[in-house]
Amino acid sequence: MSVLVVAEHLRGQTRPITLELISAAQELEGPTTVAVIAKDPGALADQVGVTGVDEIVTVAVEQEEFENDVYREAVEQLIGDRSPAVTLVGFTVNSMGFAPALAAKLGLGFASDVFGLSRDGSDLIAERSFYGSKVSAEIEFPGHDQVLLMIRPTSWPPAEGAGSASRSELSATISGSRARHTEFQEVEAGDVDITTADFLLSVGRGVGEKENLGQFDDLAQKMGATLSVSRPLVDQGWMPNSRQVGQSGKTVKPKVYLALGISGAVQHLAGMKTSGTIIAVNTDPEAAIFSVAHYGAVTDLFEVAEELDKLYA
Amino acid sequence: MKVLVCVKQVAVLGDEVEFTEDERDVDPDYLDFALNEWDTYATEEALRIIEGAGSGEVVVVSVGDEDSEDALRRCLAMGADRGIRVEAEGRLDPIQVARALAEVVRAESPDLVFAGVQSSDSVQAATGGALAGLLELPSAAVVTKIELGDGKATVHRELEGGLVDVVEVDTPALLTIQTGINEPRYATLRAIKQAEQQEIDVRSPGDLGEPAYVMRKMFVPQKGEGAEMLDGSPAVVAQRIKEIVGERLT
Repeated sequence: MSVLVVAEHLRGQTRPITLELISAAQELEGPTTVAVIAKDPGALADQVGVTGVDEIVTVAVEQEEFENDVYREAVEQLIGDRSPAVTLVGFTVNSMGFAPALAAKLGLGFASDVFGLSRDGSDLIAERSFYGSKVSAEIEFPGHDQVLLMIRPTSWPPAEGAGSASRSELSATISGSRARHTEFQEVEAGDVDITTADFLLSVGRGVGEKENLGQFDDLAQKMGATLSVSRPLVDQGWMPNSRQVGQSGKTVKPKVYLALGISGAVQHLAGMKTSGTIIAVNTDPEAAIFSVAHYGAVTDLFEVAEELDKLYA
Repeated sequence: MKVLVCVKQVAVLGDEVEFTEDERDVDPDYLDFALNEWDTYATEEALRIIEGAGSGEVVVVSVGDEDSEDALRRCLAMGADRGIRVEAEGRLDPIQVARALAEVVRAESPDLVFAGVQSSDSVQAATGGALAGLLELPSAAVVTKIELGDGKATVHRELEGGLVDVVEVDTPALLTIQTGINEPRYATLRAIKQAEQQEIDVRSPGDLGEPAYVMRKMFVPQKGEGAEMLDGSPAVVAQRIKEIVGERLT
């Protein structure tokens, strides 16, 4: 099955998802073409010349950084020119901007947040979650000769090893960019760096009220842990972004990650699932956090916190 | 000024699950329904823009069966002016939903179209983007700040790791709204009661096209491979946690 992988880059560096997409493409047995759309695609193209890539096609555009319209038009022309059976992009913020638009416009088979790929004869089968990650599903794309899939980050290992891809260029006509990048703004550095902590005590929606956060901060200190949080607590303005674990926060890999009252949204799991030892406490036995935890307890986090408080007194 | 907000009544699966006989969906008896969390932020942002402008209208639109009017009524109770439901039964993919929405947006020609970044049940993060594609509207995804200017808006897009991409987008535009952009207001009981009486404009969909994908099989994912469950009282669980932490940190 011919595959087109759309590379992603940021500030002159290929993003890790690109190499993961190349690994995912291997499930479909190729040939695999990787498209690099950039102002100066040459240097970026060198970064994706790994084992498994048959061809690297560069598309030179005026824009240094990602812009929606530029990618949409460039990828549309790539699909028109190469007719890939499957186009793979990351399930990333940038690709959310152009991939669904393109799939709708061209009437492609489409699914996002895909974490499994296989074939049944000549049929493509993708795996993704439904109902808040509580169930998985196999889906297929009857009636579509061309399919565009957005792939969940960290679902495949990055492809590696020197490859021998051929190089080519495609000149794309970009009619204009109606959403223009002006600058990047960094996240404000916080009082602590949660990415360097050996032990994170992480709390989520389960803490209920802002007033309850203090007791978990105290508990973290007693246990020798650093307090981190899941996204909802940052959205509420209870904690700064610098303490947030997950795709839109920090990716962490402490020796111990103790999650209290965190259900485990996909975006949260992506930021902590490679932690050394994960211990999760949640009242919902079906909580997705248990799928990555090494130890789990289905019980009330406040009661456990109270007992821990006594033990570390 | 008119802002159109696309909203969804999402399904919430409880602790237990049973599948339908064909194993292609969850038995509806096991589902609860609610307004998608992202859409409460999108509705709030629309209300603030109209309040800031001093005049205008917030129109909320949803695609689904009669039950999905609950989502629209939640938005009406927050302060949205009108609700429109596009009639649809059963499971639709995001591109089909976008096709159903596109006709309403064309008819309403709003200054801004909002959609939540994603729905909490399907997590496709695609309906808004697909709608922008069908309408050929300028768009930006995962927006955490909006400043309106003349014929354009300056928006913050939240990239992975929290890095902000500041983007200048021509308007009218479609923006997908991220949680945390504002603090959604609570509807008063009185407003909720009033919204129950409000007329919802029901429209029939046009051609929704071929589905973008078809369900083969739904199943409960294998979970907790290697996860050892700690049983016993909270005191026993806490003791075990202390032991595990002690072992792993040395």
